[in-house]
Amino acid sequence: MSPSMVSVNVLQGAIVAAEGGDEGFQAPGIESFWWPIFGSDTSNWAFTRPSFVLMASVVIIGMFFITVAGKLSIVPTRRQWYAEQVYGFVRNTIARDIIGAKDFRPFVPLLLTLFTMIAFNNIMGIFPFVQFPTMSRIAFPIVLTLIVYIVYHTVALRRKHGVVGYLKSLVPPGLPGWLKPIMFVIELLTYFIIRPLTLALRLFGNMLAGHLMLLVFILGGEYLLLHGSNIGIQVSGILGMGFGIVMTFFELLVQFLQAFIFTLLAALYIGDAVSEEH
Amino acid sequence: MTGNITFLGYGLAAIGPGIGIGLIFAAYINGVARQPEARGMLQTIAFTGMAITEALAILGLVFVFVCQ
Repeated sequence: MSPSMVSVNVLQGAIVAAEGGDEGFQAPGIESFWWPIFGSDTSNWAFTRPSFVLMASVVIIGMFFITVAGKLSIVPTRRQWYAEQVYGFVRNTIARDIIGAKDFRPFVPLLLTLFTMIAFNNIMGIFPFVQFPTMSRIAFPIVLTLIVYIVYHTVALRRKHGVVGYLKSLVPPGLPGWLKPIMFVIELLTYFIIRPLTLALRLFGNMLAGHLMLLVFILGGEYLLLHGSNIGIQVSGILGMGFGIVMTFFELLVQFLQAFIFTLLAALYIGDAVSEEH
Repeated sequence: MTGNITFLGYGLAAIGPGIGIGLIFAAYINGVARQPEARGMLQTIAFTGMAITEALAILGLVFVFVCQ
């Protein structure tokens, strides 16, 4: 299936179906994640569906929090209560408990933005008529990770008195001398390569795998139901689609969990940078 | 029957992280059952451990598509 065929039905909620019954079932793959709205398929530049969802999410979340913050009252309205719940969760459960009561305040806006944005974009993965998780394109998690990466290194450089102090603080105190160089290399790799790599890839991989799994169950079920040769295969197609619905709700859980874990790990890395000891 | 053997390899590779995450949450449930007031602290540790263990599975998933 060519990407240009995908762009024809881009606004329909229905995800790419196998073209023509006589060619056999075409399993969904990486090409199911390329949805340009406008822009060419051949060049590297295109305005895609996830870009649109991301921009919409920024506008919607921003409008929501700005309008709520504009008229705060002692007795909260329903919207204010929702906003306070989300804010309180990020502020208390993630920021204060992990970064520490002394230093967490400057980082609450960043963490709240990360959490609400990732959660909103992930839920768009199963929201009717959008049904595309933004973070299943690797570019979006990379940018979010880059922001976290810059923040925690900057904070660490400030708190630990420059580059030398930062590098010294990587090795935990009280180690025997021969272990120190090995530990230093391991910690250096962890801080500068493993952490950002896994932070970006975890979000990306979970969203990609979850969406791919839904595609396999729904499209496979549809193919078995419509093109099955006997009644047994058609019934198994219905079962496959039913299991796809079950997995959709499982996806809802995973999407919230991934937003939580991304924010949690960002807070953990910042907390590591803020703390005085190792 | 045609297909890509890398997917099979990833399925096998996912067994390890699966067992690891199971062990982590088993320990977490045990800890909370014994000391319910330590829930908040244990939750952070459990999710951190899960994130590190899960990284192996995620790397495997990426390698499936890279090595195709």
